[in-house]
Amino acid sequence: MRDPLSKVTVALKPSGIRKFFDVVNEMPDAISLGVGEPDFDTPWHVREEGIFSLEKGRTFYTSNSGLIELRKEIDSYLTRRFDVSYDPKSEMLITVGGSEAIDLAFRAMINPGEGEEIIIPQPSYVSYEPCAILAGAKPVIIDLKAENDFRLTADELKAAITDKTKILVLPFPNNPTGAVMERKDLESIAPIIEENDIYVLSDEIYAELTYTDKGHVTIASLPGMRERTILINGFSKAYAMTGWRLGYACGPNSIISQMTKIHQYAIMCAPTTSQYAAVEAVRNGDKDVEEMRDAYNQRRRFLINTFKQMGLPCFEPFGAFYIFPCIKEFGLTSDEFATRLLMEEKVAVVPGTAFGDSGEGFLRISYAYSMEALKEALGRIEHFVGRLRESI
Amino acid sequence: MREEILRILEKNSRIGIDELAVRIGADEIAVANEIKAMEAEGVICGYHTLIDWEKTTIETVSALIEVTVTPQRGQGFDVIAERIYNYPEVQAVYLMSSGYDLLVNMEGRTLKEVASFVSDKLSTLDSVVGTATHFVLKKYKDHGTILAKKKTDEREKLVL
Repeated sequence: MRDPLSKVTVALKPSGIRKFFDVVNEMPDAISLGVGEPDFDTPWHVREEGIFSLEKGRTFYTSNSGLIELRKEIDSYLTRRFDVSYDPKSEMLITVGGSEAIDLAFRAMINPGEGEEIIIPQPSYVSYEPCAILAGAKPVIIDLKAENDFRLTADELKAAITDKTKILVLPFPNNPTGAVMERKDLESIAPIIEENDIYVLSDEIYAELTYTDKGHVTIASLPGMRERTILINGFSKAYAMTGWRLGYACGPNSIISQMTKIHQYAIMCAPTTSQYAAVEAVRNGDKDVEEMRDAYNQRRRFLINTFKQMGLPCFEPFGAFYIFPCIKEFGLTSDEFATRLLMEEKVAVVPGTAFGDSGEGFLRISYAYSMEALKEALGRIEHFVGRLRESI
Repeated sequence: MREEILRILEKNSRIGIDELAVRIGADEIAVANEIKAMEAEGVICGYHTLIDWEKTTIETVSALIEVTVTPQRGQGFDVIAERIYNYPEVQAVYLMSSGYDLLVNMEGRTLKEVASFVSDKLSTLDSVVGTATHFVLKKYKDHGTILAKKKTDEREKLVL
């Protein structure tokens, strides 16, 4: 028989910590700090709206771009929160989570086989690199540095740009590091983006979970950037709606319309029930978002303080719900540390290397957990760290 | 700082000052002083424990009593409210906007105890013109806490 498989797909790196996943799932008494989704339930008024839409029999396809009502609400939300506006009719697409939007944007913009490059700063979310490869682009990795608080600097960007560079992925606030790009950071890279005529895929799924006083700044709000930026956001993190699978992309009509074409053929439309629930979320959910952000922020401060007391170096992350402590002092790889922590103390955390080679020597610790769970887990980590130090 | 402290204490009055200070990113001494000030000002009126008596062997009966009264000239509802809230078995008294005047939440050990409170004490007050007693059959949620079920984490243990 002929080989049924695509060489490109087969060659994709499998998730490096598959085995680790399997071990964790077989340990019912393990405390996990490994989850990349909110611990809150979707606010009841949002769930209720989803239920109501089902009762009303709103179970048909929506338009390919998504409910116009939802797109209008998103525009008003982006305007009031982040000072950017998009035409709901021509510059916006509702997708199946932010992840679909990443895939669509790459496929709509890359000419396969022409060696076009997508710059991906790492550590970052695991999907960018495979999606870039599947779209026929060449991923170019920037290894972000702890000494820069894992922000992207102008020099790093300059060094990565070639005449084949087409897209820069801007994954901030960042999973797994919790790093953010403040206005000044964005202003320092914007001129380079413009000079080199490259496009930006700004993945802002964690935008609402920003703990700086000024809050999240989107690069699309900077002069000259809107016309070369695809802004991606969604409902998963801000409204605790991961399972609803709903995100969106905003950008210039020329790009969004081509993304919509792929979406139309591959997906048809995002789930209808989720879209009706999302209208309620974005219309009446600002208070929920604020309450969840406050709760995350309290846990974040608690974790930073506890790691400081443990003497584990950790830069202060201002976004998402992760902290990214450094464990280089123990002479173990991230994988070894995480495996031993799991086996010996029954705490699951994610090795930094799951998010790129530059995550070596770091751990991703999620604080999308109750304070009780965090305290218990941190107590065990402290115990483990103490034992490691004694044995060195 | 006040609002942050109150929001946390409202949910967990047993939290230590040290943890409270870390969580809101403030100085421990400043937080302690603020709490003291709020206690003195009567902003913080007490620290209570939310108990689901159903799960104990102790019998309690809870009732909500609608009370219609004739307000007293010059004193409105305050005097009659005071005569009611002074009874220790009365947990709460609210002045209501329509339908009836005062809502009284009462806790007793037995049905009889509640019934005799209403007939002997409450109804016999001069300005009380009527009462309607509703016994609580089951408490699903109290003080913002769902009593019926404990929340479990149903998420996958590792998600990137």
